[in-house]
Amino acid sequence: MKRMLLLGDEAIAQGALDAGLSGVYAYPGTPSTEITEYIQRSKEAHERGVHSLWSANEKTAMEAALGMSYAGKRVMTCMKHVGLNVAADGFINAGITGANGGLLVVVADDPSMHSSQNEQDSRFYGKFALVPVLEPANQQECYLATQYGFDLSEKYGTPVMIRITTRLAHSRAGVELGEPRAENELTLPADKRQFVLLPSIARRNYQSLLGKQAAFEEESEQSPLNAYEDADNRSLGIIACGIGYNYLMENYPDGCPHPVLKIGQYPVPRTMVKRMLDNCERVLVLEEGAPMLEEQIRGLMDATYNISGRLDGVVPRAGELNPNIVAQALAMEIQPGMEKPQIVQPRPPELCKGCPHIDSYNALNEALSDLEPGRVFSDIGCYTLGALEPFNSINTCVDMGASITMAKGAADAGLFPAVAVIGDSTFTHSGMTGLLDAVIENTPITVMIVDNETTGMTGGQTSSARGKLEDICKGIGVPEDHIIVVEPLRKNHEQNIDVIKRELYHRGVSVIIERRECIQTAVVSIKLAKEAKAKKEENA
Amino acid sequence: MKRDIILAGVGGQGILTIATIIGLAAVERGLQLKQAEVHGMSQRGGDVQSHLRISDRQIHSDLIPEGRADLIISIEPMESLRYTSFLAPDGWLIANKKPFVNIPNYPDFELVWKQIEELPRSILIDADKLAREVATGRSMNIVILGASSPFLPFELSEFEHAIETIFSRKGEAVVTQNVAALRAGRAFAEERNLAMQ
Repeated sequence: MKRMLLLGDEAIAQGALDAGLSGVYAYPGTPSTEITEYIQRSKEAHERGVHSLWSANEKTAMEAALGMSYAGKRVMTCMKHVGLNVAADGFINAGITGANGGLLVVVADDPSMHSSQNEQDSRFYGKFALVPVLEPANQQECYLATQYGFDLSEKYGTPVMIRITTRLAHSRAGVELGEPRAENELTLPADKRQFVLLPSIARRNYQSLLGKQAAFEEESEQSPLNAYEDADNRSLGIIACGIGYNYLMENYPDGCPHPVLKIGQYPVPRTMVKRMLDNCERVLVLEEGAPMLEEQIRGLMDATYNISGRLDGVVPRAGELNPNIVAQALAMEIQPGMEKPQIVQPRPPELCKGCPHIDSYNALNEALSDLEPGRVFSDIGCYTLGALEPFNSINTCVDMGASITMAKGAADAGLFPAVAVIGDSTFTHSGMTGLLDAVIENTPITVMIVDNETTGMTGGQTSSARGKLEDICKGIGVPEDHIIVVEPLRKNHEQNIDVIKRELYHRGVSVIIERRECIQTAVVSIKLAKEAKAKKEENA
Repeated sequence: MKRDIILAGVGGQGILTIATIIGLAAVERGLQLKQAEVHGMSQRGGDVQSHLRISDRQIHSDLIPEGRADLIISIEPMESLRYTSFLAPDGWLIANKKPFVNIPNYPDFELVWKQIEELPRSILIDADKLAREVATGRSMNIVILGASSPFLPFELSEFEHAIETIFSRKGEAVVTQNVAALRAGRAFAEERNLAMQ
């Protein structure tokens, strides 16, 4: 049997390929990016013609995936947790349309917010959409959950969510591969109205989805991802969801003396949960994320059982789990090593040396220097680091695209000048529609698109904006004489300040495109060019 | 047998190369392995760490519990100290001597070095200098791997084999340089007779 060393993300990708995947649709987002990148690099995926190019955002990805499922093929869409907010409209309604070909929605949550604005738990979305959710605990389960998830999806004609978190997404372990199977043939849904969510059809579909809930729960009771491991010491029982199980077992290297209910599939298997509650004096719930299961078990009145978890503070309410937190929740002694010496200083992330955003922010800061601060609305990307020292350039970072729309709202309130700073990829992800709002009202805002010609923060993926920004802005209706392209370089500093100052005081929409290639991708392309040249000379 | 290792450094310094080499040696031996990495935002010049666990038994957690790491291997001196709470009472700390200064309040170098040297089991090695002497400065992470090698359950030849596998794509010269860097680091550790029993 073939064995590979894979990240959790990569195990999902390889699992999907082996399970007959025909396409992946995604927008990069930590910690989900490596799933799609793995398929993009896969020789086999290339030979098979598996779709893997990046989508403009998570919503377009979700909908394209639904389209491929409509056509009968197995498809996966991948995103980070906040990406699911963007894709939520399509996701929830995909629950109502149902799937034709197997449809997996893979969401990588980021508890502790290593690279995110919040730590929302996607399992709530799965419950909201009334679809099964799989939560693998390790890399091997990541691999297996894809084929299992596709089968579940096709058996019930429903989308299936796979939910992982940062530590599994970005941790590597040995994975045993199974036998690959063929992709589906193109087959349209038998009911040609299944995907038409007119109210009358939607009501019928919704009834059908509600009718499947009991079967979904029965699947959870039988799932290979859920297990009840009985043990003698019933003073305590432990429900461990996802990778919470690993941290529990880490603390019991010779086996847990208490009954353990390992959960990796939802809806919650109530019979299993009830067995634990009825057999144990107290039950500890370990969840990587929000206390979703704990809340459900407690119920609104919280009266019946003796339960501990995040809600009574036995486990911290926020942040990811780790072996020490779980040990503390089990009232075990832990012996940490030497405390971190006081001389150790924090080392926050920073813009790379030579990054074009440095020059953009230096010019912007100077252009705004004689105004009261607090007027720069920014967005999600490397340039969010402009909030930190030494720049202190930006005042907001909320969600993808919110820079332009928040600047507009503030301008409507009377703030002038108001500036939006947004990256090229973020602009095509979710900035364009907001710009249209501003153009329609000719709102006086200055939009600075910091165009490094890539999706930088996630590692330099192709940006959908590449080579299109001026045309997009023109098409949306920004007047041509207020679409200005500058090159953020130190030698252009003075003239770039002049451009920004002039556009700041324009009583309408202007767009300044600060265009210079990301220093990271530039270094890589120079290196590749050198290698290619060396190879050519070697051959000659 | 188990080894729990914290790899530390600053984003972009190449701790993952060390992890990959140890990982490959472990896989060749048929050992279990888990390696948690940091991707995303902190990679941009921030502090980064990787938890690398190898064992002949099943490994449950992707993260090492505090107080259990057998080794801290760090490419940067201050960064090695960030994770001392993870170090086991009999654990070793191996750190590069050369500071990477990208923050305005970086502590006095001498204080950082002193703190490391005062630990009961530590090696402070000028890996950049050693690397330049035997190879190129870029191989400094491999020098540090060499200095850590007495504490890892592998023969030096197993690491050399892993280096060959990983760097062969970049040509014979790069392989030779990195093997030299590995041996130089090893010699440095052995000279101090620091092999853990």
